[in-house]
Amino acid sequence: MIGASAVSVRLGGRDVVADVGLDVHRGEWLAIIGPNGAGKSTLLKAVMGLVAHRGEVTIDSRPAAALKPRARARLVAYAPQSPALPPDMSVFDYALLGRTPYIPYLGRESGHDRRVAASVLDRLDLTELGTRRVGELSGGERQRVVLARALAQEAPVLLLDEPTTALDLGHQQQVLELVDRLRRADGLTVVTTLHDLTVAGLYADSLLLMAEGRAVAAGRPAQVLTEALVGRHFDAQVKIERGPDGRPVVHLVRGGP
Amino acid sequence: MTTQARPSRARPAWVASALGVLAVSMVAGLLDGAADISPWQVVLQAVDWLPFAHVDSGLAPVEQGLLYELRLPRVLVAAVVGGLLAMAGAGYQGVFRNPLADPYLLGAAAGAGLAATAVIVLLPSAEGSVPIAAFAGAVGGVFLAYTLGNTAGRAGGTATLVLAGVAVTSFLTAIQTFVQQFKVEELQRIYAWILGDVGGGWDQLWLVLPYAAVSAVLLLVHGRMLDVLSVGDEEATSLGVRASRVRFTVLLAASLATASAVAVSGLIGFVGIVVPHVVRRLAGGSYRSVLPLSMIGGAAFLVLADLVARTVLAPAELPIGVVTMFVGAPFFVGVLRMTRRAVT
Repeated sequence: MIGASAVSVRLGGRDVVADVGLDVHRGEWLAIIGPNGAGKSTLLKAVMGLVAHRGEVTIDSRPAAALKPRARARLVAYAPQSPALPPDMSVFDYALLGRTPYIPYLGRESGHDRRVAASVLDRLDLTELGTRRVGELSGGERQRVVLARALAQEAPVLLLDEPTTALDLGHQQQVLELVDRLRRADGLTVVTTLHDLTVAGLYADSLLLMAEGRAVAAGRPAQVLTEALVGRHFDAQVKIERGPDGRPVVHLVRGGP
Repeated sequence: MTTQARPSRARPAWVASALGVLAVSMVAGLLDGAADISPWQVVLQAVDWLPFAHVDSGLAPVEQGLLYELRLPRVLVAAVVGGLLAMAGAGYQGVFRNPLADPYLLGAAAGAGLAATAVIVLLPSAEGSVPIAAFAGAVGGVFLAYTLGNTAGRAGGTATLVLAGVAVTSFLTAIQTFVQQFKVEELQRIYAWILGDVGGGWDQLWLVLPYAAVSAVLLLVHGRMLDVLSVGDEEATSLGVRASRVRFTVLLAASLATASAVAVSGLIGFVGIVVPHVVRRLAGGSYRSVLPLSMIGGAAFLVLADLVARTVLAPAELPIGVVTMFVGAPFFVGVLRMTRRAVT
């Protein structure tokens, strides 16, 4: 559904992303993991076409570079790590922004656009917040509102940059379960960066481990989350066990490295 | 559907009340003056001026002429200039995502001030061309700042644009001060122009109207796009919007509005900050309502400011720019404090 081959991004004279490829099939969830500064967010931006890059990105087997911005926005929705939330805007208006790729440049939203925004808010239990100002929301509510905007885009591919940062345990679970549910219900293809390795291994079908701009490992969670790989690339001493569902659980070892 | 949320467009109730305030301030603006004319007669006369309406106001021809030739164009110029400045302010604030952005931010005022000073000092015989020179100067100032901002930093970035505007403003103001020193005897005229005046009559109005119409329409249709821009360039791009193109168009329209306002009225500060801010507090932050309501509110605000300028020291007149600055500067500080509180 979404693929990238030999993608490189040069920022400030440094290869932030070097020669990385990925391939995610329809309905799959790929989590990009790696230490700080590995280039995870930049890779996501390159896939979204937000930074200049070399290499090719394909969306639905079409080269992304050939797509007009609006056409691309109908295929891929993106939620950044720290979204700029206009404090005075109402939650409903904010969700409605997700309909932008369907509204003519100087036109106004149709009844259908309003219904889509309303139904997305409904699915995310945000209907009651519809008239509230975005600036008044709590951290967990904000994350859901940003997700609502991305979902209102009705794009088959969802790119989420650290969707759970700054969320407590319960809210993390709430957001991830929501994404997982929507993925199963609508066949969405999901690509996220995630800093919590256990969480990444728990929800994603496959992992891409990046370090210093390069892809150093890719595959099923059990193949990527090994003590050797994590230890080397995160410079950490960890113990990895199988969780109750067979997925890897990463523990820090006290006293290391 | 249980949801009551609706997209924020300008609600009819708000538009109607804004228009009501504007109408009242315009009648008040027509009322004030040396001749003793009753408010009711002014209202009747105003209705009589409307197309297809014929009402006998009972005014003598001299009084009618006084209203029509002096007070009416003055009120209308104040309304148009106020509407333009407030809308331009809202436009700049949307583009720069900063509630304190001002129509004069990008060097428009300094450019106009330099050009007007140059004409008054260097071409005293061509005094009639001061408005055109001011217009060209304002456009030139913005063009300079925009080009500088785009070559100095990342194309279309907002921070570099603002800094370029500050640099251009300082530089052009320095040249303007230098030029005015050649003819110190013209200082009073230069300052009279800089401090603003809306009493230029019908000619002034016809001069500004075409530019006012074009820039107002351009700004009004971009309300939704400014809302999209408020989530930041990257997210706007991910929504399929070319952020730099929207920014360029809105800047162009807002600068055109500023330049034409400056050309006929001189430099009238703070309208572009005060009015959009009040509108935002009252009717919400969406630019789809901020832009049209700022236009109406700015018109009412400047008509009232002109009224104050004419009455406070009557029969002498205060420059209108002094009135708006007197109201605007403390207001600016207030906004600054509130913005800081909101951020921290």
